[in-house]
Amino acid sequence: MSILVDDSTRIVVQGATGHQGQFHSNRMKQYGTKIVGGVTPGKGGQTMGDIPIFDSVDEVEADASIIFVPARFVKSSALEAISLGLSPVVCITEHVPVRDAMFMMEYAKQHDVDIVGPNTPGLISPGKALAGILPPHIFKEGNVGLVSRSGTLTYEIIDELTKNGYGQSTAIGVGGDPVIGMDFLSTLERFEADKETKAIVMIGEIGGNAEELAAEYIKEYISKPVVSYIAGKTAPPGKRMGHAGAVISGNSGTAESKIKALNAVGVQVATMPQEVPDILRNLL
Amino acid sequence: MKLLEYEAKNIFVEYGIPTSTGYVIEDVENLKAILYKLGLPVILKAQVLVGGRGKAGGIKIAKTEEEAMEKAKDILNMEIKGLPVKKLLVCKPSEIKKELYVGYVVDRNKKKMVMLASTEGGIDIEQVAEKTPEKIIKLYIDPIIGIQDYECRSVAKKLGYEGKDMLSLAAIIYKLGRIMEDKDAELIEINPLAITSEGFEALDAKLVIDDNSLFRQKEFEVDLKESQEFTEIEKAAKEAGLAYVELDGDIGIIGCGAGLVMASLDVVNHYGGKPANFLDIGGGANADNMKKALDIITMKEGLKAIFINIFGGITKCDEIAKGILEYKPKVPVFVRMMGTNEDEAKRILNSAGYELYQSMQEAAEAAVGGN
Repeated sequence: MSILVDDSTRIVVQGATGHQGQFHSNRMKQYGTKIVGGVTPGKGGQTMGDIPIFDSVDEVEADASIIFVPARFVKSSALEAISLGLSPVVCITEHVPVRDAMFMMEYAKQHDVDIVGPNTPGLISPGKALAGILPPHIFKEGNVGLVSRSGTLTYEIIDELTKNGYGQSTAIGVGGDPVIGMDFLSTLERFEADKETKAIVMIGEIGGNAEELAAEYIKEYISKPVVSYIAGKTAPPGKRMGHAGAVISGNSGTAESKIKALNAVGVQVATMPQEVPDILRNLL
Repeated sequence: MKLLEYEAKNIFVEYGIPTSTGYVIEDVENLKAILYKLGLPVILKAQVLVGGRGKAGGIKIAKTEEEAMEKAKDILNMEIKGLPVKKLLVCKPSEIKKELYVGYVVDRNKKKMVMLASTEGGIDIEQVAEKTPEKIIKLYIDPIIGIQDYECRSVAKKLGYEGKDMLSLAAIIYKLGRIMEDKDAELIEINPLAITSEGFEALDAKLVIDDNSLFRQKEFEVDLKESQEFTEIEKAAKEAGLAYVELDGDIGIIGCGAGLVMASLDVVNHYGGKPANFLDIGGGANADNMKKALDIITMKEGLKAIFINIFGGITKCDEIAKGILEYKPKVPVFVRMMGTNEDEAKRILNSAGYELYQSMQEAAEAAVGGN
């Protein structure tokens, strides 16, 4: 098992014919993901390798969608996928206006659809499906569920996990923006319910209080061991550290507050990324 | 993007929110004419993009012409938290009976915009939220429907107003919400919203526009050179499309991906080093991006070492390696690279005398130790 996507999930790529869309459609397909088509309005009827291209999402039988369109078109593309009930809708695109993100999230809630992102590397259920831009070769099938606000930091920690023999059930980047769809709470809930997942790694960073809320949630509802890493311990207040959501405002959103909240509910937080497998070893 | 008080107030006027706009000056040349129009006393307010202007001496009352000239000169020569004061707002002081707070922010967890209002205005709202949370009224806005005027009337009533006052206050709350929606703001605030003998008046204004919406909010596009929000190096980085934050240490840092760069800073710090900057070259960077990144971080004086941390997913390590070779280092460079085309990168860098580190911890430790 895994969460959100597996080898039976039929995925349509919105914005498949752009530079990024093309490269990643092919890579996802090569990995074995069921990519059933691409959507680029005006290019319907064409093919891209062996991937058929359609003008709109309703022309293709799909279960889920992944979006690569430019930021200004993301809202419309997401609404198209949501209105058809596709889930999850994975939004890779960065720089989506926060007002559009809020609109999408509300609409998705009304249609009981999961959104991943925006500004996410996507997700992978190793050996089954890749719905994103994560480099698949560093992942391995296994029992660790990983959820992260960051892309490359995820790769760093996945690499350590894989080298140390810990494969993954699903690894998901929830995105670096202030307003995102799937968050720590909803992802933790899925990992708790997933029989294959035996332990959870949660990678947080400065900004907001998602980690503090996750700590409360873990205390109440999560029986599986959780290991964490928080980036940005030395970040100054008031500055956005690359991600739109990674900013300390006043006293809120500091790494210190997050680590304290997690430690208080018994979650160990690694000082450095490479310590994650060692902590996991002691818990399993 | 943060707006200055007077810029935000101009938008308030556009929407019919009562406020005193006054006059903006960059030197005292025209001040006498302004004093003649406004009358005395006047209030002089430094226009800078940092909080705590008042405490830093950036807001002064002047009762006479001489006093106004002298204080205006002082403020225009000031630096507040490192930012030079380039503009000064001159307005008529109001007779304040009471101060309220009204603002809107994005609530990340609820994924909605939320209105916050309180009868405790004029002070830091975060303090009110912490000490007396019951004094803050919250209203979550449906992102699809948008703010509605009936909701604002109910907020005005909860703040203790009736009849005409309730309607005037509700109108201000509604218009503020409309600015938040129409202008793609991520934060808007009136603190304080004063009650004067003439009615409600926005004495201060804070407005932050979502940078990601600038493609459709053209009125806020500014020439980066004019921007007061960033340092010179930050401006150069923005022009090159790189995410850069200046820090106060001496080890230059370049990495790919915000999370990995933040972790790199933390690891350098763990080994006792002080990062000079945050620089994320992003995913899929090429040799030219890398060269530019090196040019930018070395604009900062006094660097002791440079730590480059690349985990190649969509980023190709050999491209990064080529970029490093174009740079003629004056300080030692420590490179950690793994992932896509790592072997080719290793060959390129080894032949130029660089050693490649496999782990970020080792590379960070070496950069701190200088060997």
